[in-house]
Amino acid sequence: MKASNYDLIIVGGGPAGLTAGLYAQRSRLNTLLIERLIPGGQILTTDWVDNYPGFPEGISGFDLIDKMRRQAERFELPIISDDALSLTLEGPEKVITGTQGVYKAKALIIACGATHRKLGAPGEGLLSGKGVSYCATCDGPFFREQEVAVIGGGDTAVQEAIYLTRFVKKIYLIHRRDQLRATRILQEKALSNPKIQPVWNAVVEAVQGTDQVESITVKRVDGSPGESISVQGVFVFVGIQPTTAWLQGALPLDPQGFIQTNSEMETIIPGVFAAGDCRQKRFRQVSTAVGDGATAVFSAERYLEAL
Amino acid sequence: MAEKNITEITDENFKNEILESPTPALVDFWAAWCGPCRAIAPVVEELAAQFQGQVKIGKLNVDENPKTPGQYGIRAIPTLILFKNGTVMEQITGAVSKSTLETAIKKTL
Repeated sequence: MKASNYDLIIVGGGPAGLTAGLYAQRSRLNTLLIERLIPGGQILTTDWVDNYPGFPEGISGFDLIDKMRRQAERFELPIISDDALSLTLEGPEKVITGTQGVYKAKALIIACGATHRKLGAPGEGLLSGKGVSYCATCDGPFFREQEVAVIGGGDTAVQEAIYLTRFVKKIYLIHRRDQLRATRILQEKALSNPKIQPVWNAVVEAVQGTDQVESITVKRVDGSPGESISVQGVFVFVGIQPTTAWLQGALPLDPQGFIQTNSEMETIIPGVFAAGDCRQKRFRQVSTAVGDGATAVFSAERYLEAL
Repeated sequence: MAEKNITEITDENFKNEILESPTPALVDFWAAWCGPCRAIAPVVEELAAQFQGQVKIGKLNVDENPKTPGQYGIRAIPTLILFKNGTVMEQITGAVSKSTLETAIKKTL
């Protein structure tokens, strides 16, 4: 395995990581960005982004991240494809072990993001890819003229439910509260769409089907009897979990696995910074991830100058 | 879609190219509309180079070839199916890492 030495390594190529890469290159730091797949992260599965400024007509998630990558690459940010497996922080160097190599740097920005959370209901795992989906833009077209359930009440759930109306016949929007948590404009769009039928105060107890999803059983939060709803698809958008398992033992994580930082993106370990959705914070958006990425580089530069 | 070492699979040639392949075969079911499919494409290309001669690697566009994905109950993409002697050895859904796919391929060799 080849070891390389950098000023700064950024782990993750979503909006936070690519912004950090852009700023670091412009600061002439010797930087490397490591990404597991191609740059993108969760936004690759977002059909449309209307709340990132600078795009008055909105932009697809794929195009937005493509522009961010090209902008970082214009300043010659090196991006390599590897899967970071572990991190060692003993001594002055931060050492990342990946499947393809070992990478060393004086400072580190962790922007490894998050992935969708699962329901945890029986049948979900078995029927994953067979009607259970976590990506409406990927799988929506397989459900033309069918009835599906969308689980969740936040921005992602409501936005993706609206997107699915262009394919499916009917959507049961299943939410555990009696009102949606999504941005008002999305709520208004969803609740006025005749294809979307909200099912309030309900959680999914099980997903049924042999080879394909056939139905779900929902339980009422108030304890009243549950019901079975016949659907061919179940789209799950019940929040995210950080992809930080590889950091366990190296960095303190909160009980949900998010990395704790201060407002300057500093973790408790000098020279290690975190940015974007993997960080413990209240509001996770492309716009807040981008801000985190820029701030993390600013802090990393101060750290490197003081060495 | 004429990447090096990657066979374009269609409903017509699926049986001949994949089920009757003398080597294990990995099929990437994809579509142009799917972001994670584009994310995983370079990984599939790397695997095709790495396992050249040992494993046949193919890509099937589900938009143009609806029959085969229907036969395997595919309702999510990207889905990658690893076949050996016409039998499904492993079915993986979602944009997984290269090491996950490598492990699956090595098990069938």
